[in-house]
Amino acid sequence: MSTGATVIIGSAVITFAIKAAGPVALGGRELPTWFTSVVVLLAPALLAALVATQALADGDKLAIGADTVGVAAGGLAAWRTGSIIACVLIAPAVTAALRAL
Amino acid sequence: MSFGVVATDAGLSELEAIVMSAIVFAGSAQFSAVAILAQGGGAGAAIAAAALMNSRFLPMGVAFAPSLRGGHIKRALQGQAVVDASWALAARPDGSFDRMLLFGSSAAAYVTWVTGTTVGAVWGGALGDAHDLGVDALFPAFFLGLLLNEARSGRARGVAALGALIALVLVPVAPAGVPVLVASFAALVGLTRGARDAMLQRQEAEGEPR
Repeated sequence: MSTGATVIIGSAVITFAIKAAGPVALGGRELPTWFTSVVVLLAPALLAALVATQALADGDKLAIGADTVGVAAGGLAAWRTGSIIACVLIAPAVTAALRAL
Repeated sequence: MSFGVVATDAGLSELEAIVMSAIVFAGSAQFSAVAILAQGGGAGAAIAAAALMNSRFLPMGVAFAPSLRGGHIKRALQGQAVVDASWALAARPDGSFDRMLLFGSSAAAYVTWVTGTTVGAVWGGALGDAHDLGVDALFPAFFLGLLLNEARSGRARGVAALGALIALVLVPVAPAGVPVLVASFAALVGLTRGARDAMLQRQEAEGEPR
């Protein structure tokens, strides 16, 4: 089997297992309150980490760039207007404009 | 689209790039695996990179699990629908998930992803540079917008700040993917007595039996 095929099949199998783990282990039953109180905070924790690693880093280096400014501009729009549409339109537009300068 | 371009540059055939998008369906993991191959790394290292990048789906799956019904196999299959954007979109403030919204937005994302990969792999050279168009700012902006709209309580904002801080501190020292996974531990703040009391009070106010 070629390296490419090995990587594709290996990645597919491991991704399936990772995505299945939580639902198989914990699905279909009521969970205690303490568990729910952690789960409701998973969204802000993970979203903030995704924003930070995508907008403030480039690979394994912390990096501020045109995309950082674009995302910040989008965030400002979301905060002022409450509109996520405005946010996702403004962020790439500002980033592209800065890169075109 | 950019995945199709990057993957074929790294030595995958056009068909391999498309099949990978169709059966792995996890953008950041695919990019990390292909980046390892492009650097001359082996299959084992590439698969490990993909696994680490996807490790954030463990906490996401744990959060999604209580919203699923059915047997083990059905739940395992439903869990495959989790991708960052649809998970974030379907999360409700009370910790439950809008399953149909998650499945629907993932289905749309799947079609777009596989189509985009095909276009990039086959006609990549002829297209403009996605980097010039600022496409890399789209997803972080979307996540930031959701975060600002949904994390209204001071506690949620504190957890968000802690999660971002943990991720940024780990970026230079940990393999790709690990910073986001470890940042999920910020949610353990929910174990404190104050957080549980606040949660119980809110549930009573909303009249939810528990």
